[in-house]
Amino acid sequence: MADSPFRKNLQTTFCGISMPNPFWLASAPPTNTGGQIMRAFEAGWGGAVWKTLGQPVVNVSSRYSTVDYDGKRVMGLNNIELITDRPLEVNFREITEVKKRYPKHALIVSLMVESKRETWHEIVKRAEGAGADGLELNFGCPHGMSERGMGSAVGQVPEYACQITEWAKEAAKTPVIVKLTPNIADIRFPARAAKKGGADAVSLINTINSVTGVDLDSFVPRPDVGGKSAHGGYCGPAVKPIALSMLAEVARDAEVRLPISGIGGVQSWKDAAEFLLLGSSTVQVCTAVMHYGYRIIEDLCDGLSNYIEDKGMSSVSELVGKSIPNYSKWEDLDLNYKVVAQIDQDKCIGCGLCYTACEDGAHQSIFGTPDLEKNRTHCEINQETCVGCNLCSLVCPVQGCIDMKKIDTGREKLTWKEYSQDPAKHPHLGPHH
Amino acid sequence: MQPDRNPFSELRPALERDEALAEANRCLYCYDAPCTRICPTHIDVPAFIKKIASGNLRGSARTIFESNVLGASCARVCPTEVLCEGACVMNDHHARPIQIGQLQRHATDWALDAGMLPFQRAEVMRPQLGTVGIIGAGPAGLACAAELMRLGIEPVVYEASGAPGGLNATGVAEYKMTRLTALVEVDQLVQAGITVKSGTRVGTDISIAALEKQHAAIFVGVGLGHVGKVGVPGDELAIDAIDYIEQLKVDRPAAEKQTRGKRVAVIGGGNTSIDVVTQAARLGAEAVWLLYRRAESEMPAYHHEVELARHDGCRFLFSTHTRGIEKGDGGLRLALESTDPKLPATLDVDLVVLATGQKPHLGFFADIKDLVVHFTRVQVDPTTMRTDNPMYWAGGDCTSGGKEVVNAVAEGKLAARSIVAHLEVTRG
Repeated sequence: MADSPFRKNLQTTFCGISMPNPFWLASAPPTNTGGQIMRAFEAGWGGAVWKTLGQPVVNVSSRYSTVDYDGKRVMGLNNIELITDRPLEVNFREITEVKKRYPKHALIVSLMVESKRETWHEIVKRAEGAGADGLELNFGCPHGMSERGMGSAVGQVPEYACQITEWAKEAAKTPVIVKLTPNIADIRFPARAAKKGGADAVSLINTINSVTGVDLDSFVPRPDVGGKSAHGGYCGPAVKPIALSMLAEVARDAEVRLPISGIGGVQSWKDAAEFLLLGSSTVQVCTAVMHYGYRIIEDLCDGLSNYIEDKGMSSVSELVGKSIPNYSKWEDLDLNYKVVAQIDQDKCIGCGLCYTACEDGAHQSIFGTPDLEKNRTHCEINQETCVGCNLCSLVCPVQGCIDMKKIDTGREKLTWKEYSQDPAKHPHLGPHH
Repeated sequence: MQPDRNPFSELRPALERDEALAEANRCLYCYDAPCTRICPTHIDVPAFIKKIASGNLRGSARTIFESNVLGASCARVCPTEVLCEGACVMNDHHARPIQIGQLQRHATDWALDAGMLPFQRAEVMRPQLGTVGIIGAGPAGLACAAELMRLGIEPVVYEASGAPGGLNATGVAEYKMTRLTALVEVDQLVQAGITVKSGTRVGTDISIAALEKQHAAIFVGVGLGHVGKVGVPGDELAIDAIDYIEQLKVDRPAAEKQTRGKRVAVIGGGNTSIDVVTQAARLGAEAVWLLYRRAESEMPAYHHEVELARHDGCRFLFSTHTRGIEKGDGGLRLALESTDPKLPATLDVDLVVLATGQKPHLGFFADIKDLVVHFTRVQVDPTTMRTDNPMYWAGGDCTSGGKEVVNAVAEGKLAARSIVAHLEVTRG
C-alpha cells in the first residue's frame, strides 16, 4: 500500500469518528460485502458506507446504463439496483469482521427499513451491535424502494424525514447521518428537517431520477429489463455541478449547521477539494470506483495531500467551507466588475471556434476573417462590445490562448440592490450602453 | 517492407469503427475550416466528421459525395499530407492532424458496402436545355456527368477503352487503392444513371461533327496519353510507366513474370516514377533504381512518396541523364551522364521504365476547332473550364498536365456548372 492515504495532513474526524483520510466509499455496489470493503481499506480508503441494509430485496438483471460523451465512457451512470439482497445476518457478521480487522477506518452502515418506529429501533441496534461507527439513513434512493414508501419517498417529505430521524436517534448511540435526495425543489428543507429530527450530520447528494437514453432500434429505454425499463438513479461526473450547488446551499444555511459528507461525481482529488471548499468534511465516491476500481484512492489522497501542502495548510479541515464566504446571491455580485477577452495571437491555431461561438452563441464581439495566406481564421476581440461572458475562453481548445483580462473601470463596487434603488445614477450600466 | 505482409495490401488499412469514432471525436469542428478550404472539391470536412461521431454514416457519406462523387477514391489517393491533413489546425496544436482521409474512407466504404448511390439526378430533368457529350470516362468526365445530372441535364459519356474509370481503375498504385475499389465506385456512378458508351473512341467510332450535332455542349476529359520517348538512342527498348502499372493491376501474374528477380531502372522524378519503383520493388525486383536528371530537392514527387520508395529499397541516382539504352549481356545497358563523378557511367538492368511524363492527345485536339493547346495543356478559363471554342469545356489531366484525382473531380464539377449556366441562358 502506498503511504499517501495515511499522510498526517489527511487525518480526518467526522462527528467524533476518526479516520486516516476524508475519502469514503459511498453506499453502493462497491460496499456490498465485507470482502470488498476490506480490499478497499487495504487500498487506502479512509471509510466506507456499507451498502444499505434493510429487509433484503430481489434485484433485476440488467441494472446499469450510462451516458457516454464524445467517445468518453461513463460521464453519467444510472442504476436500478436496490438495497442489499444478502441476508442481514451475513451483513452484520461481516461488519463485525471488518471493524475488527480495520479499527482505524470509518465504517458507516446505511439503513433503510419500512416507516415503523420499532423496525427502525431494531435495525439501528443491530447495526451498532455489529460494530458500526455511525449510521447513514438512506432517505434518497429514488427508484424501486421509493415505490414502497422508503428512500426518496421519505426524503421528499420533510415531516417524514424528521420523524424517522427522531426514531433512529431514539435508539442510536453512534452518530446519525441523514442522506438527502436531490429530487426535490429545495434541498434545504429536508436538511432542516433532519436537523430538527436530531441528525448529527447530513450527506448529499443521493442519485437523481434519470433515464439515460432509449435504444433506437428496440425503442426500450435503458437499461432494458426484458423489453421494459424504469427510471433509475443518476450519478457520476455529470452530476457534480448539481451536487456542488446543493452542497453549498445546505452548507451556508444558518438553520442547518451540521457536518456534511459530500457526494456526487467525485473522480479526482480536485473534485474532492471542491467539495471540501464548499463545506463537506468528508467526501464519498462511488462511480469512479465502479469505473476504475479501488486503486484510484492513491491519487485522490496523494493529490489532495500535496494540494493542502502547496496551500500552506496542515490539515483537510482547513479547507472545509473555505469557499462558502465567496458564494453569494446574484444580487450581491458587483455590477461594476469588468473583464474582456484577450487573444494571444502567438498561441492561436486559427480554428475559429471562438468566433462562431461568440457570433451565434454570445454577443457578436469577435471579428473572424479568413487569413487566406495562412489558411486560418484570424480572430480579433472587439473589446468595446465584449461583455466578458467567458464563452470564447471556454470553447478555445488551446490552453492559455484566450484570457479574460480584468479591466479597471475605476468604479466602486455596485450590487443590483444598490443599482436598482436609483438606476439613473449609473448610466454606464443602462440598457443602451 | 515487412516480408510477411502482402506487398500490395493497402499501406493504410481501414479504421475500425471504434478507431474512427475516437478519431472523429478529436476533430475540433473548426469554423470555416482550413481542410475544407484547401480541398479542391471543398468537401465540408468538419460536417462529415461530426456525422461519423454521431453515428450518421449515411449522412456523412452524403456530405462527402455532395462535393465529390469520387469520395471513396479520393479518401485513398489524395495526398492528404499536403491538402486537408496538412492544413489541419491540430498541426499547430502540438498534435497529430485528424486522419481526414481515413475518416472519409470510413464513411464512403460504408456507402459502397451499403450500395448507396453517390448522387441523384434532379427530380425534374430539363431536356429542353439539350444534352452534353463528355469525352472520357475518367474522374473529370464522371464528376462532370454527375454534376450535370444533379442539375437536370442528361450527359452521354464516350469512353475509348472497354470500361469507365480512367486512371482510377488502371493507373493508381495498388497499395493506395485496389482496382476493385475503383471499379465498385465507378459502378455505383453508372447505377446512379450515368450513361457511358464504352469502346467508343470519338473521332473513330463517332465523328466529332456528329458529336457536335447531337449535343448542346461538349466536355473534354481525355486525360493524357502515353509517356513520350526520351529521345535517346535505344529508347524504344524502354516501356511506358502507365502501361506497366496498368498491367500490374489488370494482370498481376504477367507483371510478376516481367519483374520478379529482375533489375529495374525507372527514368523520371514525378509521382508516377515513385509508383513504378515501389510497385516493382513489391513485385520482387532484384534491384530498383530511379534515375532523375535533377537534384532530389527538385523532384516533382511528394516528399512522403519519395520516402516510401526509399523504404522499399529503391536506389536513387540524382543529377543523372540517360544518354542511351542498348542491349547488353542478357539485358539492357544504360549509358549515363552525371555531374557527380562518383556516379556510374553505365548501369546494367533488365527492364527500363519511362516515367518522364505523359504526352497530350495532340492529334485529337487538332481536330477540334479553336481548341488551344499550350505545351501539354488544353487552355481553359480556370473559373469556368471553358475553352476558346464556345461549345467545348475541358478538365482533368488534359488541362492540368497531370494532377490529382481530386483536382479532376473539382474541374469536372466546375465545368458542369458553367455548362448549365450557359445552357440556361442560351436555351432556357
